[in-house]
Amino acid sequence: MSDTKVQAPAGIPFIDVTREFEAPRDLVFRAFTDPDLLVQWLGPQKYEMVIETYDVRAGGSWRYLHRDADGNEYGFHGVFHGDPSPEGFVQTFEFEGAPGHVALDQLILTEVDGRTTVHTHSVYQSIEARNAMVENGMAEGMNEGFNRLDALLGRLVPVA
Amino acid sequence: MQPTNLDAVFGALADPTRRAILARLTAGDRTVAEIAAPFAMSQPAISRHLKVLEGAGLITRSRRATARLSHLEAAPLRDATEWLAKYQAWWDESHGRLDALLARLQADPNPPPDRTGSQPTE
Repeated sequence: MSDTKVQAPAGIPFIDVTREFEAPRDLVFRAFTDPDLLVQWLGPQKYEMVIETYDVRAGGSWRYLHRDADGNEYGFHGVFHGDPSPEGFVQTFEFEGAPGHVALDQLILTEVDGRTTVHTHSVYQSIEARNAMVENGMAEGMNEGFNRLDALLGRLVPVA
Repeated sequence: MQPTNLDAVFGALADPTRRAILARLTAGDRTVAEIAAPFAMSQPAISRHLKVLEGAGLITRSRRATARLSHLEAAPLRDATEWLAKYQAWWDESHGRLDALLARLQADPNPPPDRTGSQPTE
């Protein structure tokens, strides 16, 4: 059972991911901005994450890569915009396997009663670019009413 | 074999009538009249929905005598679920690890780092 909600409306190249954590916002912000902490959670465990640069300030750049067990590397890089703060930050995001396809990611952190909601809003240049991200192994993705859709797919797929 | 147009698939699935039509077709091929029967909707309206489903590759249509049969195509639905599952899995696992990290940090603000499989470079 997943707590992570993923929404990607049909026809608009957006993706929204939300999840609530049992932790104060400052700590969540640290986990997103301290490279020593970031490598401990971003991406599936099967990838070794290597952070080359992570300069969290307006105009600061970042680059990291995920390396799989076969030694394949998937690089990502971008630039931070605005003043990163515990309320969140804005960054560009480019998968090096698809140069020129740049997403704009906004991280929004809100704290209520010591719990923090992490919301990432990603804007892609096109729907094709959004979908291609997922095809390439990492990604961003999906639709309003997905619970209903999941239920539908659950019914349909075993029959097919 | 056409590659699945995921946006067309999700656009087609966004409508409850079209989802209901697909669910009906899991029981087997149907004519427009058979599909329209349980809906308070004219056959031309149902035909328009079938056209959208056909455009997304979710159904194919064939003729048998005078009737036009609609047939559910499984591949685009499977592609759409796999696409979603892959994306969801990536974030589920990341967030699960973040959850565990936040719990460790709150138990001890300066724990020895968990280096299983991840090393930052200087």
